[in-house]
Amino acid sequence: MASKLRILVPVKRVIDYAIKPRINKAQTGVETAGVKHSLNPFDELSIEEAVRLRENHKNKKSPMEVENILALSAGGPKAPDVLRTAMAMGADRAFHIDVPESADGGPEPLTIAKMLRGVVEKENINLVLLGKQAIDGDQGQTGQMLAGLLGWPQATQASKVEIKDEAGTVEVTHEVDGGVETLRAKLPLVITTDLRLNEPRYASLPNIMKAKKKPLEKKTLADFGVEDTRRLKTLKVTEPPARKGGGKVEDVDGLIGKLKELGAL
Amino acid sequence: MSNARNLSAALRRARVPRPRIHLRPALPYTPLTTAVRSFSVSSTVWADKQIKYTSDAYPNVKRDPNFGELTAKDVAYFKELLGSESAVIDGVTADATDDIEPFNSDWMRKYRGHTKLVLKPGSTEEVSKVLKYCNEKKLAVVPQGGNTGLVGGSVPVFDEIVINTSRMNKIRSFDTASGVLVADAGVILEVADQYLAKRDHLFPLDLGAKGSCHIGGNVSTNAGGLRLLRYGSLHGTVLGLEAVLPDGTIVNSLSTLRKNNTGYDLKQLFIGSEGTIGLVTAVSIICPPRPKAVNVAYFGLESFEQVQQAYLQAKGQLSEILSAFELMDGRSQGLVKESTGNKYPLEGEYPFYCLIETSGSNAEHDMAKLETFLENVMGEGIVADGVLAQDETQFQALWRWREGITEALSHLGGTYKYDVSIPLSDLYLLVEDCKARLTEMGFVGDDESFPVRAVVGYGHMGDSNLHLNVSVRQYNKEVEKAIEPWVYEWIQKRQGSISAEHGLGIAKRDFIGYSQNDTMVKLMKQLKGLYDPNGIMNPYKCI
Repeated sequence: MASKLRILVPVKRVIDYAIKPRINKAQTGVETAGVKHSLNPFDELSIEEAVRLRENHKNKKSPMEVENILALSAGGPKAPDVLRTAMAMGADRAFHIDVPESADGGPEPLTIAKMLRGVVEKENINLVLLGKQAIDGDQGQTGQMLAGLLGWPQATQASKVEIKDEAGTVEVTHEVDGGVETLRAKLPLVITTDLRLNEPRYASLPNIMKAKKKPLEKKTLADFGVEDTRRLKTLKVTEPPARKGGGKVEDVDGLIGKLKELGAL
Repeated sequence: MSNARNLSAALRRARVPRPRIHLRPALPYTPLTTAVRSFSVSSTVWADKQIKYTSDAYPNVKRDPNFGELTAKDVAYFKELLGSESAVIDGVTADATDDIEPFNSDWMRKYRGHTKLVLKPGSTEEVSKVLKYCNEKKLAVVPQGGNTGLVGGSVPVFDEIVINTSRMNKIRSFDTASGVLVADAGVILEVADQYLAKRDHLFPLDLGAKGSCHIGGNVSTNAGGLRLLRYGSLHGTVLGLEAVLPDGTIVNSLSTLRKNNTGYDLKQLFIGSEGTIGLVTAVSIICPPRPKAVNVAYFGLESFEQVQQAYLQAKGQLSEILSAFELMDGRSQGLVKESTGNKYPLEGEYPFYCLIETSGSNAEHDMAKLETFLENVMGEGIVADGVLAQDETQFQALWRWREGITEALSHLGGTYKYDVSIPLSDLYLLVEDCKARLTEMGFVGDDESFPVRAVVGYGHMGDSNLHLNVSVRQYNKEVEKAIEPWVYEWIQKRQGSISAEHGLGIAKRDFIGYSQNDTMVKLMKQLKGLYDPNGIMNPYKCI
């Protein structure tokens, strides 16, 4: 087994999680025009973890050196924004897979997983760190599909990742009903991240500047032998029925009156 | 972008599958809800230690013997007039100490009155009738909004009746074309801003206490806040007012016009007069369109000279999109860290920090300007380190480092607050001089035997407005004497203002002479005498 980590971190540009999404007029998806977009929060955790693996080795806390961190995003012309953020946080280089902007969250998980398999093979990756889901489609399938396609072990919803030895033994802790479960596997490996894994850093100004000079390559799905075929068709997207608000009463008498009126007293 | 500060953040958060509750430490993505940001009035009532009465803390302030004493008959009149039970908290004929306490004391636990009656009128007409009655009976009153003031202006000193505006909380109208909002005085600032957010507009005022403060109180105290740099003071944005004079006269100048040069601009009298002339019942204010792109950067700097250089650069390169330039000293950030337990945004520690916000209409244009600016200040070594918020969560978190200072200080004990305006070059010198003075006098130290915990400075750099805060373990007359009037003399020497945005209240009324000459004070007193001949409006305060 290789003695250095070559990490792939796929990321996605999604509507900022603090913004309330609204459904577009055509009811085909959510409104994305003029809405603040950011890096998918779970992907932020994956990048942070990859960077920490590198720092841990430097601080002699991890036995394996990180050779390279590759960030990758499939999306429209603004996808490089989140790739720059990823590189400002510490990724070394980035691939932008050019796919058209769409209201339904882009290519399906299987397409992305197949494309990632191509990247893993071409770039000789031995660890893939993915967010457990993107908060736009909430599919939560890509990591698992990728592991299946590659025939690699997978550890999902990681809350702790530890490299145990130079041979590439990795221990991953994740939360299960009523406790935590610790898994051990050998590289190569697919890990998906959960919220408790770490606290992502801020992108510092010097690193934002440096990130501009890091290599960002533009690629297409075809470069990895994949086509954007869809198996699912979105028929209609609608908002859940609005919750009826409660009423306000002036004082105790008002409350009692209201309760009597409703037959509760 | 404060639409994200509301519930929608929590709603969106709920889409992420929830981890088990019992395993839940501080999550990096916990949204900052309004409850965390604001000072709620109810939290000021601590059971463990009583707040000292203002009348004991200021023994030279005597109750005006001309004022009437409240009787059961008066209370009966008010109950009859206001009808509903929730409109009167009666401590005259019944024991209502616990219910009245939040209205008697301020959130800093510094001022406490003896009132026995709280009235919550529901309309301007009711306010008019209440004031008319009080004026006839010479009953003194204190207008009170969210009670988030910093100079004790909104709480009674003796037995003044509290007239609270919380039941007047309707938004009356909003015109999308002109951006003019007309709303009752008791509308909470954040509620007004959320209402406007849905209509793509922004309240031109923003401050830390936005979750509690009322817009009527904001206007009466001419609150400045975080975005004055961009949107100007309330003297400019308020287009009209409705107010009630002590004799019950309703002053209706709720104009929605930007231009109106017809005689004296009397509404200005009510802006910043701290309820000493009349009680503001409604406000008409012009609101700017909500910016579509907002960015926040947080810097660490090595010296105050560099802070000034950074400000000059920001003004020059970000000019029309710059919406806030805030200064925080290292000690203030240390206190926020201590009280919140959060990790510093920057790796190293610096003596000064700045927070810059830009608001504009086009994210790409703004980012291009911001990046040029950042490259410049980093390249020239003006800024030692810095971060740029990459998403809404980080945006909120960075603002917390500025807005959380007041709250952090209040967690640690008492604070002597000085809100001053000084020419920019001397802005921070005041903090250094004050610290040196108190240290020399042996007040400052790290353990419990020293009364002073820390001397910190922060503020609105863009408005030359500094908040000098002396954090104390207990309020202590000796410390107070060491600071006052020294600090006022210091400011007077530099032609500064002893109260830039907090007002005078009871805390600074005796010091008005340091920033206003005798003629000005005389004119103010004449106006007060003209509109409030019996002096019932918020007595013992302001002038």
